[in-house]
Amino acid sequence: MAEKVIQEEKRVFMTGNEVVAWGALAANAEIMYGYPITPQNEIMHYWTRLAPKNEREFLQTEDELSAGFTTNGGVMAGRRAFTATAGPGNTLMQEPISMAEAMRLPTVTIVQQRGGPSTATVIYSQQEVTLTTLGGNGEGLRVVYSTATHQELFDYTIKAFNTAWKYRFPTFVLADGYQAKMRESLVMYDPASKGIEMFPTEPFVGKEGTPGVDREPGHFRNTYNVEEELYDVLQEHFADYNKMTPEVAEYKEIGSKESKVVVIAHGVVARGAKAAVEDLRAEGFNVGFFRPVTLRPLAVPELREVANNADKILVVESANGQMDRLLKEAIYGCSAEMLSLFKPGVGITAEEIEARVREIV
Amino acid sequence: MSVQLAMPNCWRMESKPHKFCPGCGHGIVLKALGQAIDELGIQDRAVFGCDIGCSLLAWDFFNIDTIQTHHGRTNPVITGIKRANPNVIGVAYMGDGGGYAIGSQHLVNAAARNENITAIVVNNTQYGMTGGQMAPTTLPGQKTETSPYGRDVAKTGNPTLGPEMVSAITPDGAYVARGTVSNVKQLTKFIKNALENQMNGNGFSFVEALSTCPTNWRTNATDTWKFLEKEMSQYFTVGELKAPGSQNEEGQANG
Amino acid sequence: MGRAWKIALAGEGGQGVQSVAQILAEAANEQGREALYIPNFGVEQRGGVSVAYLQIGDVAIGAPKFQTADIVVALSDRAIHRTRKYVGPETVFVYDSGIEGITDDDLPDNAKKVFGIPALEVAKNELHPRVFNVIIMGAVVKATDVVPEEKVKEAIEKKLGYKFEQNPKLREMNFKAIERGAQLVAEAL
Repeated sequence: MAEKVIQEEKRVFMTGNEVVAWGALAANAEIMYGYPITPQNEIMHYWTRLAPKNEREFLQTEDELSAGFTTNGGVMAGRRAFTATAGPGNTLMQEPISMAEAMRLPTVTIVQQRGGPSTATVIYSQQEVTLTTLGGNGEGLRVVYSTATHQELFDYTIKAFNTAWKYRFPTFVLADGYQAKMRESLVMYDPASKGIEMFPTEPFVGKEGTPGVDREPGHFRNTYNVEEELYDVLQEHFADYNKMTPEVAEYKEIGSKESKVVVIAHGVVARGAKAAVEDLRAEGFNVGFFRPVTLRPLAVPELREVANNADKILVVESANGQMDRLLKEAIYGCSAEMLSLFKPGVGITAEEIEARVREIV
Repeated sequence: MSVQLAMPNCWRMESKPHKFCPGCGHGIVLKALGQAIDELGIQDRAVFGCDIGCSLLAWDFFNIDTIQTHHGRTNPVITGIKRANPNVIGVAYMGDGGGYAIGSQHLVNAAARNENITAIVVNNTQYGMTGGQMAPTTLPGQKTETSPYGRDVAKTGNPTLGPEMVSAITPDGAYVARGTVSNVKQLTKFIKNALENQMNGNGFSFVEALSTCPTNWRTNATDTWKFLEKEMSQYFTVGELKAPGSQNEEGQANG
Repeated sequence: MGRAWKIALAGEGGQGVQSVAQILAEAANEQGREALYIPNFGVEQRGGVSVAYLQIGDVAIGAPKFQTADIVVALSDRAIHRTRKYVGPETVFVYDSGIEGITDDDLPDNAKKVFGIPALEVAKNELHPRVFNVIIMGAVVKATDVVPEEKVKEAIEKKLGYKFEQNPKLREMNFKAIERGAQLVAEAL
């Protein structure tokens, strides 16, 4: 991979799925494993067109269990490996992700949320927040970036690989069907040109030398014999996760710490929320905006500051309170009243948010 | 006759004696595997994946890079590694539940894609680790915890014939055999053939090993071997089912 | 802050509204403006009414969909009914006057302006049914001024240039269709 994929910065206009494929390429991702499901299919379509020209690999598996477990294998071989899924596929993906969580495997998973529960719609939702942040039979030891624009899809696809390999927690780029299918502009770049260094990868298995002779064998497991053994391992994971949190937790805001009403939204919904808040502020309303970029871990201290200063928080999401539950845990005991605008599986326009804010200011 | 070493070189002394029950066949299969690895000199390149079920007890068995995966998911993990690093010799080691029930879609598709990995399924006719439930390989009439009156094939189907299935769905180049822990020399040869087949880049290399589980069979030593040699081998035919070039050799021999 | 133009285009599957939206979005992007285009899609996408949501402005676009459009273009009776909800007091509503059985009751009564253009007829009689959607593109360009006609022609050239190479008459016909679409709107306004 001597040749740079993107020689110089260029403004492009494309769908979000195409952006992800380019982002993964720019991040020097080496292999994608995937299984078809709408609305993420075009990530595979673009990757399979770009991969052979850039010495990258692809494997279409028999299902998402296999896509997830082969991705686990790919990172254990020391490669920047990733997969992409949605909806019912994300449900299946939770099993391999829980292995990645247990064994600290730096997998990257792109999720293009669609309607739920079950098959629901192939279109759009923000209903995979609970699953992506806390899914599997574990403790949610993951990093989840919720993107809002194509520029962010590109930026955070690159960043996800670095976060995963640096901290060794499975990392997600959580987008949605709208972002997958819509077209807008962004600037693509070579990470190095922005001073972004790709965090080096390292094989878990297949290293140099004969195990037991030149080096210790790598023995990797996720099964423990006794309760205390598991407990001790988890304590280490929690400590690492807590140490990482202030370094990775991200948010964006507009006047959130000095406004009486603050709108909180994530992902594509945050675009409408931001537009609504900007309009209302231009009219002189005392309204702020807060957007968690990482849904896991959340920027808890900043959220608590907001929730202790504001009188009212309006949580807006295309789900029936999945982010709301995460927020409530984070700001437990804070003084703001929590209000909501939930439209599970349905897009939310700036107009709707503006109208709702006018009701409560 | 060659001198039988007590332990293959690639076994890890620190984890011996191993964790399997007395009379369990896993130790014998893993000895055959260890010997094959020694003979081929691939301890440095081998990556061993074990499943959930009794096979997981092999997670620190070898001085070989090892990954203990999930139930049924060892084939995709080893596939993922092999695809990402073709220099590795990948061994997916699992029981009959992992291979033929919960992981059957992975086995079928890895075989159909002719993945260049070696899969070993240890067939002891039931789920050992969970306490002896009926498996896809349970013999007709065989009593288990979930077929206490004997397996009723009218209700639960006939035992899965793994190698026959894999043989039917793999293209030329694949290697398929069924060995038994009652013939270690032959089993070692089959596993060695399977590993060599992968090293030659020929594709999916599959060995089922008929094995024993006196703990759940509730058999003494005599009855254990009787069940393996008389009951199981009657249903599951031991031998090579598919080997690259073997048809040609036969053709030449006949012609 | 300049608000983005909000455009909803709706028609039957195969009428080409998605291509219209995509080419307009690309033309605007080429011009250095901000554009966002999102199709509706679903498991029934091949059978039903196809809606394209297009926004063009000078600053980053907000939510990908919107409640009220500045201009709605509806190309079938079902599309007219489907898009009525995007109409507000500031909306210009354009429909094809060749759609059969449409009465005033079917058309929105809350729009700033409602008018029909004979795009289907012009396509069939003057040009070619295949460039029907290109006429619509010309109509949108004229009705909104979001992108100059020349940029749209460039975008079409980029998209279909390889076909035009083989058959230069196609280029002529497409560009003519743009111009005719613009004329139809000019006459109606």
